[in-house]
Amino acid sequence: MSDSHAPNHNYHLVDPSHWPIFCSAAAFMLFFGGVLYMHEIPLISFTEMVDGAEETRVVIGHSALVIVGALLTIFGAYSWWGDVIREGEHEGYHKPIVQLGLRYGMFLFIISEVMFFLAWFWAFFNASVFPTEAINFVWPPEGVEVLDPWHLPLVNTLVLLLSGCTVTWAHHSLVEGDRKMFKQMLLYTILLGAFFTAIQAYEYSHATFGFTDGIYSSTFYMATGFHGFHVLIGTIFLTVNLLRAYAGHFKPDHHFGFEAAAWYWHFVDVVWLVLFFCIYVGITG
Amino acid sequence: MSYGEHAEGHDDHHNPTGWRRWLLSTNHKDIGTLYLIFAIVSGLIGGIFSGLMRAELMYPGMEFLPMLKGGDVTAAYHYFNVLITAHGLIMVFFMVMPALIGGFGNWFVPIMIGAPDMAFPRMNNISFWLLPVALGLLVLSTMFEGPPGQSGVGGGWTVYAPLSTSGQPGPAMDLAIFSLHVAGASSILGAINFICTIFNMRAPGMTLHKMPLFVWSVLVTVFLLLLALPVLAGAITMLLTDRNFGTAFFDASGGGDPVLYQHLFWFFGHPEVYILILPGFGIISHVVSTFSNKPIFGYLGMAYAMVAIGVVGFIVWAHHMFTVGMDVDTKAYFTAATMVIAVPTGIKIFSWLGTMWGGSIRFETPMLFALGMIFLFTIGGVTGVVLANAGVDTSMHDTYYVVAHFHYTMSMGALFSIYAGWYYWIGKMSGKQYPQLLSKLHFWFTFVGVNMIFFPQHFLGLAGMPRRIPDYPDAYAQWNFWSSVGYGVMAVGLVCFLIGLFVTLRSKQRVGDNQWGEAATTLEWTLSSPPPFHQFNELPRIK
Repeated sequence: MSDSHAPNHNYHLVDPSHWPIFCSAAAFMLFFGGVLYMHEIPLISFTEMVDGAEETRVVIGHSALVIVGALLTIFGAYSWWGDVIREGEHEGYHKPIVQLGLRYGMFLFIISEVMFFLAWFWAFFNASVFPTEAINFVWPPEGVEVLDPWHLPLVNTLVLLLSGCTVTWAHHSLVEGDRKMFKQMLLYTILLGAFFTAIQAYEYSHATFGFTDGIYSSTFYMATGFHGFHVLIGTIFLTVNLLRAYAGHFKPDHHFGFEAAAWYWHFVDVVWLVLFFCIYVGITG
Repeated sequence: MSYGEHAEGHDDHHNPTGWRRWLLSTNHKDIGTLYLIFAIVSGLIGGIFSGLMRAELMYPGMEFLPMLKGGDVTAAYHYFNVLITAHGLIMVFFMVMPALIGGFGNWFVPIMIGAPDMAFPRMNNISFWLLPVALGLLVLSTMFEGPPGQSGVGGGWTVYAPLSTSGQPGPAMDLAIFSLHVAGASSILGAINFICTIFNMRAPGMTLHKMPLFVWSVLVTVFLLLLALPVLAGAITMLLTDRNFGTAFFDASGGGDPVLYQHLFWFFGHPEVYILILPGFGIISHVVSTFSNKPIFGYLGMAYAMVAIGVVGFIVWAHHMFTVGMDVDTKAYFTAATMVIAVPTGIKIFSWLGTMWGGSIRFETPMLFALGMIFLFTIGGVTGVVLANAGVDTSMHDTYYVVAHFHYTMSMGALFSIYAGWYYWIGKMSGKQYPQLLSKLHFWFTFVGVNMIFFPQHFLGLAGMPRRIPDYPDAYAQWNFWSSVGYGVMAVGLVCFLIGLFVTLRSKQRVGDNQWGEAATTLEWTLSSPPPFHQFNELPRIK
């Protein structure tokens, strides 16, 4: 059997790419810059004698590298996914077997995200089921004025559930070939996501407990905060899909980019439901 | 093949060369080679660190490390902590995992299932390039302040709070935390890639129950990675916010709980130790079968024993924490669950013995390492059953008995598997023959050396010598001396390995498609040595 003839299979053998090593270098800047930023260590500085006293002159400050790293990471991700969209949408590399691989991949990524949230729920239950001596064995700790779950958090629950409906509606419209309705429902989903984030920001800014006020604040803000961050990612993901929809992308039988975003959105939705019932409702009964 | 000529030119045009081939690679074999080179470099760094530790521990009293630190004994104490931390992190994340999963996994999982490449070749490349970034962050941490007035991270590879929070407020710990974040991201992406490859790209007829055991072992391993690493990411993110942003997850005065960190860490950490050994189990199965000239004994039992080890591995984590003050029922549960793991592990050991039983055994170098692994890993497993008892562990915890136990499983189980895989496959990967005498010297020096290092540590541990302490009373001097001598013996073996590597690459002796004969039945032996840039343009059909 000769191995030099053209491939007789449908897998996608990707061409060499700059983006992996580019993104790795950007990640290095992001993380190393992050440490410099947190400890306020200037990237480049020197000492000189001014009137007989040593003075430190900062050439490049402590926040420069983390900003550059973040921008390069975003640019790398943009370019990389741009390549994926080009290969899948325009160059026909995403044959059904490749799409199936992408499905497995997205599903597994979401599984790993679930395990990430497990850590934050573990921290919450560890603190709330076994309150320690420092907070008088009481949960929520005395003096913490918790948010009323049946007020804005309930509204947010309904907003997210509704957005789950609109994204499914969008999907059905796409499959039926109704692109106008597809775009409209996708737009509604994004707006509902943005509305959720806005309400969450309002709640944070009006909460009576601050970020550094002990274990209740730690678990509450970090768990809901990481959820909020994922809502933001999901909203961006959906927005990219809306822009692609306006550019004429997606076919009724080939639109995994959109489906991946929808899956991700449902995952974010389910995490919120667990947060709502455990952290918001659970403690007030 | 009617379009052969055109396609050939087309193919050549597409095969990258020079720096583009290595820096921008989307080829699983090239990326596997990069991983192997990275693992060798990291292994040498981690090995030099353990040499510095053994040099200090050779005699009682602080002699060696203060010499490196200009006579400052306090700095030498901290430097010892930096060494144990770096040695652990480097060997786990930057040597064993890149060698077994990234190196051999990348090279042979696609070939063994009859696939032309990994499912996501570009993502495969970032999995690799994130590792030098992670190692770079860890190396940088040695140049920044850890505890006040000292540089480097000295918290042990487990970085328990509060030693890793209020105990070492400097930037070094944050660099180490980010290093773990990046290495973790690399492994999660790699895990997704392997699962998709194995589930979606098996050649026609390659059912799960026909899959080679190495592929099974990697499949179980990467599931453990996928489920365990995000929990570590959460735990170290809590460390990060406790350190820099005023949260109180592990701060008892704010209502937090330092033991929470240990739970989260070991929920990751225990699956992690199976991540380190399972791919080795896969390699040993191939080597033992090949050189016994028999199919593996109890194939399905072998596959599902690994699945069982993976599943049970998730529910035994608190046996690392028997001394934190848990109640007796919890201890009873974790003792029992831990001992259960000896059952599937026993299935594997006895099936290897069953494979050899009545076989026509050839003592080629890979087989020597495989036999060494089976013998030494069994010793490590038996001491593991001893330590599983919460009552016994109360006195053994944090002694050299534990150090001896896990080095018998890791430094002999995992490392011997890597060496077995190396000599088994280097002919396939390079197309060249490894030197017989040097490779056998490598085995014998390593075998004698590691036993000399670690067997006496059982005695030291039983006598109560605590781990992670650079100095000790004179009573422990004798066995520490021999342990350090053993390091020298092992180092000679390592030199044989490195010279052998060089000799192999310069060798003019080529090996054929299948250098091991009819018992080497997996698909890599149907390809040329080295295999073509893209194999299986025509997918193989498995009967």
